[in-house]
Amino acid sequence: MSFWWFLLLSVIKIAVVLFILLTAVAYTVLLERKVVGRIQNRWGPSRVGPFGLLQPLADGIKLFLKEDLIPTAVYKPLFIISPIIALACALISISVVPFGKEITYKGVDLFNIANVNIGLLVILGVTSVGVYGIALSGWSSNNKYSLLGALRSSAQLISYELALGLSLVGVVLRTGSLNLNKIVNLQATHGMLSWNFFGGFQFVAFFIYLMAAYAETNRAPFDLPEAESELTAGYHTEYSSMKFAMFFMAEYANMITVSCVATLLFFGGWSSPFGSLFPSFGPVLDALLPVLWFVLKVFLFLFLYIWVRGTLPRFRYDQLMSFGWKFLLPLAIANIVVTSFWLGLRAPLQ
Amino acid sequence: MHLVLFIIFGAFCVAGAINLLLQRHPINSALSLIVVMTSLAVLYLLLGAEFLAAAQVIVYSGAIMVLFTFVIMLLNAGKEQRTHGSRAAYWLGFPGAAALFALLTFIFLSHQSSLGYAVLGPDMVGTGELSQVLFRNLLLPFEVTSVLILIAILGAVALARHTNENQPGKER
Repeated sequence: MSFWWFLLLSVIKIAVVLFILLTAVAYTVLLERKVVGRIQNRWGPSRVGPFGLLQPLADGIKLFLKEDLIPTAVYKPLFIISPIIALACALISISVVPFGKEITYKGVDLFNIANVNIGLLVILGVTSVGVYGIALSGWSSNNKYSLLGALRSSAQLISYELALGLSLVGVVLRTGSLNLNKIVNLQATHGMLSWNFFGGFQFVAFFIYLMAAYAETNRAPFDLPEAESELTAGYHTEYSSMKFAMFFMAEYANMITVSCVATLLFFGGWSSPFGSLFPSFGPVLDALLPVLWFVLKVFLFLFLYIWVRGTLPRFRYDQLMSFGWKFLLPLAIANIVVTSFWLGLRAPLQ
Repeated sequence: MHLVLFIIFGAFCVAGAINLLLQRHPINSALSLIVVMTSLAVLYLLLGAEFLAAAQVIVYSGAIMVLFTFVIMLLNAGKEQRTHGSRAAYWLGFPGAAALFALLTFIFLSHQSSLGYAVLGPDMVGTGELSQVLFRNLLLPFEVTSVLILIAILGAVALARHTNENQPGKER
């Protein structure tokens, strides 16, 4: 009987998380258009529904109903499969993220799809496989703009993945575990003071992570793979209709995952910034408030993403590469050395 | 459950390897190699080596194979011409491969007890235990390997530099 409960609850969890994630993706697009509009002193979408709130729905219907063009010169199998790879990898990586306190019902953790010992590595691994979606789409399109976009994008992803991975090592050293639940639990003791960003002195690592993450998700100021002024649209030039939409969903889903990881590793995940300053509000609110904190932090990161996009101009390609290899990577290594020295000095002698 | 998954992913692995040899287009071969690498990662996971599985996906299917596809994309390699192959390959290659396979099977079966084994099952070896072995018992080989890789990197850089200087009309 417990196996069937496990199966049922897991399927429900996956369905709910996927629904919320995809809705969040749609509304992040709207948020971006609205906020960038305000930054550029215009209104943004405002016609569909109150305050333009139904715009994502209209966009979705439009993309579904558009004609799906497949140019004759493309290499068809890869052309079709690459948006699927991109979107699948973007959606899989959310599965190890804990959204709230560990609360089990019939032996199933309610706010976490999978509590894996190597959760952090799973996220890194799945995102590293996601590169193929972009690389293969550019190659199979048989179009020079697509190919250039894909090459830029994969080179950028490989370069910044190193800095990204190394920036996380400091946090892992502090926790002594790759399990995302344990990483959050360690930060949940004294509220804001025990977060890795403030109490753990990992702010250098955080800034490295933030910049590498912007590059990993192909976002401004690192959006060279889709630089409109030189590459028309980059790797998805030849795509239309839902295949195009899948690339966009993958990009925004990746943004959300990256924000989730930043929240989990540096800002205490679901833990409240006030620690246990306030008394308990009863079992239901105690279960739901952490989820609220988590969503709030992730939202702030998404807002920061959009803010940065509206503010900073694009890098030049050589600047991008030298920034990644000559600045971020050595800084990340220095952060690891300093963190391990500090931890080694404070560790009890055996 | 574990056995079923093991058989499925073992079959994936072998099918990917055969497909790698049969495909004519280099990018298809590279993609089948990715399938092989990823199913190997699942096999590691089934044997309880979770860190190794993750490292396999990150390093092999994530980084090294991206470089492979990168090179194929840059060279824009077309379909291969299918040749009949040399006769020596037919007469020596297949029996040689069969003999090697038989020899390896014999050695593995006869020295089963001294080789050690891993069990299919739900128990995992943690990352901490792995690093205990790696950084205490096997520290010297580990560090020597890293020096070896460093030498390889330096060699690659030296080779790249050398060709750059020889190219005419390139300012540097």
